[in-house]
Amino acid sequence: MFRMMAVVAGLGLALAGSAEAQSPRKGGTIRMTAPYGSSFTSLDIHTTQRAQDEIYAKALHRSLYIWNSSEGKPILELAKEDVVSGGGLVHTFKLRDDAYFHHGRKMTADDVIWSYTRIMDGTKAYPGARFVRVIEGAAAVEKGQAKEISGLKKIDDFTVEMKLTEKVEPGFYFFTALTSIYPADEGAKESFIQKPIGLGPFKFVEHVPGSRIVLERWDRFYKPGKPYADKVTVSIMAEAAARDVAFRNKEIDTSVLGPAQYVAYQSDAGLKGTIVEVAEVFTRYMGMNPSFKPFADKRVRQAINYAIDTDLIINKLVKGKAYRATSWLPLTSPAYDKAMKPYAYDPAKAKQLLTEAGFPNGFEFEWTTSQNESWGLPIVSAVIPMLDKVGIKVKVKQVETAVLAEVVRSGDYQAFIYSQASGPDPLAALKCFHSSTPQPACNYMTYKNIEFDKIIDEAGKADDAAKRTELLQKANALLYEEAPVWFFNYNKAVMAVQPWLHGVQLNATELTHQNVEDIWVDETSPAK
Amino acid sequence: MLSFLFRRLLQTIPTVLTVVLLVFVLFSVVPGSIVSSMSDDSDPQVELRMKKQLGLDQPVYVRFGAYIAKLATGDFGTSFRTREPVTTMIAKRIWPTLQLVFAAMALAVVIGVPLGFVAALKPGGIVDTLAMVVAVSGLSIAKFWLGLVLMYFFALKLGWLPSFGYGDGGLKYLILPAVTLGVSPMALFARTTRAAVLEIMTADFVRTARSKGMSETRVVKWHVMRNALVIILTTVGLQFGALMGQAVVVEKLFSWPGIGSLLVDSVLQRDIPAVQGSILVVVLAFLAINLLIDLLYGVIDPRIRYA
Repeated sequence: MFRMMAVVAGLGLALAGSAEAQSPRKGGTIRMTAPYGSSFTSLDIHTTQRAQDEIYAKALHRSLYIWNSSEGKPILELAKEDVVSGGGLVHTFKLRDDAYFHHGRKMTADDVIWSYTRIMDGTKAYPGARFVRVIEGAAAVEKGQAKEISGLKKIDDFTVEMKLTEKVEPGFYFFTALTSIYPADEGAKESFIQKPIGLGPFKFVEHVPGSRIVLERWDRFYKPGKPYADKVTVSIMAEAAARDVAFRNKEIDTSVLGPAQYVAYQSDAGLKGTIVEVAEVFTRYMGMNPSFKPFADKRVRQAINYAIDTDLIINKLVKGKAYRATSWLPLTSPAYDKAMKPYAYDPAKAKQLLTEAGFPNGFEFEWTTSQNESWGLPIVSAVIPMLDKVGIKVKVKQVETAVLAEVVRSGDYQAFIYSQASGPDPLAALKCFHSSTPQPACNYMTYKNIEFDKIIDEAGKADDAAKRTELLQKANALLYEEAPVWFFNYNKAVMAVQPWLHGVQLNATELTHQNVEDIWVDETSPAK
Repeated sequence: MLSFLFRRLLQTIPTVLTVVLLVFVLFSVVPGSIVSSMSDDSDPQVELRMKKQLGLDQPVYVRFGAYIAKLATGDFGTSFRTREPVTTMIAKRIWPTLQLVFAAMALAVVIGVPLGFVAALKPGGIVDTLAMVVAVSGLSIAKFWLGLVLMYFFALKLGWLPSFGYGDGGLKYLILPAVTLGVSPMALFARTTRAAVLEIMTADFVRTARSKGMSETRVVKWHVMRNALVIILTTVGLQFGALMGQAVVVEKLFSWPGIGSLLVDSVLQRDIPAVQGSILVVVLAFLAINLLIDLLYGVIDPRIRYA
């Protein structure tokens, strides 16, 4: 899978390759940027699911698992071993006995149990609850029916037993910062959100709200010789143009690029080599409400897929900063099927399908959208004349992104355009279309197909990885045929990285989320 | 003067209450809520518990009453997002915003007022024409664009100043954001000063002073300047409030850690206590500056009585 990512990453790999040739240097400052807003939401990473916050959290905190970009999967981080029993439902984790919190105390099983129990406090609606809920008894704690998670047991100080409600790979549930392990003695204190303590390779130094976070090397980090850098600064830079100037001025080491900058950097000989890109596990699409009569018919949904010149939009409007979607699972998904081809642009076929479905003159629908440049109003505006060609009229309803999330979850729409996580766990991603998944969870189109449910249930029970992948590919192909959405694109995340920064990982879950202990700066950095 | 001050302070209470009420009602009716932005998939039961914990299950008037009662004790509430007291959040942000706004205002006054004054002394001359071209340009340029141009030249091309950030809060980090924010009020002050001076120059009392044989320097210093200052001060007071609002764009562009970026993020995430607190602080700062200016009127022009 990584090979495929590497092909996609192109120039990024060349950069990574040159890094491998040198031996890592100790010292220096890594100067990252947080591009997704004007501030960090909170220093309590359990409370926030924004990608912005996880950028600093990757340096400060650690979870039971960590995302390994080269393998394209989560691997054990705070545990040395996971012994599976009970028909795949019981996991016994042997925790590291050399992981120290930044206040000097060793991590134990109590901290793991305390952290997961905290996340299940239903009065706080911690976003990580959706992951911890997979542990037996966690939902009862969330609903206030129990004080302890029955499926979590401390065997000894460094052994935890976790009983799951279903047979899933726990790595996919416990690798993000949302499920970071906090020190039980400090995490409950009010001072914690002013001066957070974690298990990560860097400890907290300073937070200037709306401007930056500064972290310094934690000398008792459990990975020998790491981290390499002395310091990490994460500067909040929401404006792409400002980031561009700062990057060119060598004031920052990384900068996320939007479509316009992507084109500019590609055409600039001096900057072209700084580009790193990866297909992220996000699918952009137009969801169609099946309770709106025309969209109840599969042929109408297929007609929409045929009527839109998706390649044209990706190339001209998105400036090539996306990969054409061939179904739901993205390029970097382990269950992605390379043989699948996207819907062709074929207005005549669309017209024919509409006629067969009883809409020879088309129909009108309301399309709810945000202003997002990559999956919002500009895209909708480009699609409108294409749909008009086959007789489908569109009324645009523009809302804020925060409102769109509510609209999507409540089902109060005829159609909407959105970007949704479609990985890294292909089973979890496809389960969003299982009829038992509630609409507010992620089955936003209230999709219901008995055959699809059967395949997903079978995949969930499969012990053999190859068999599971085969079933997931079958389910993904069925979705393509059923077309509950207009399959638009998979996000191509693009970041510019200064030549003196080495070890940047092509993280398909979110490119800005870096395991900073693996990154090092050479002596040509202005912040050496 | 004390009774004037007391009366003015009393007058601010209904203004503050009206602002608080408007913000509260507005954020009670706009779609989107903090609960939905916190988690993607909370089940309805969990959402209800969270709403209860945040007090969002209460009717608007009950919540408003509780908020006012807290406000009376100086408690701005607790942020829905960060779980920190709003006063703590604002305390961290207010100084950078004030730094930025006062620096921009100082720049605008120091350059804009003399520029307008010099321009008005010889209307139609080269200085006047040039000053007005600068003033009109300053008013027309978008702050975002100007900020980028300044970054490009002074950071990227000349390497004199950092292009972004707060650093240690020192002057070199303040210059570019302050100039970006200060250019528009500078232009406005130049135009206002010019217009005020031109009008006063043709006033009866100026003509009388001249006819009494007073030198032009004394006429300008004792009659024109003092009278023009009242108008200029009024504009400065009004602009202070405007700058507090406009600082949002500049703060975001330069990663400046002020109230503006706090307000924007709080609005987007429906963190109502933080929005209310931020707006309230901006309003209070605006009222305080204007009160100060009212007091200064009496110092500049003794004919203005506090009664």
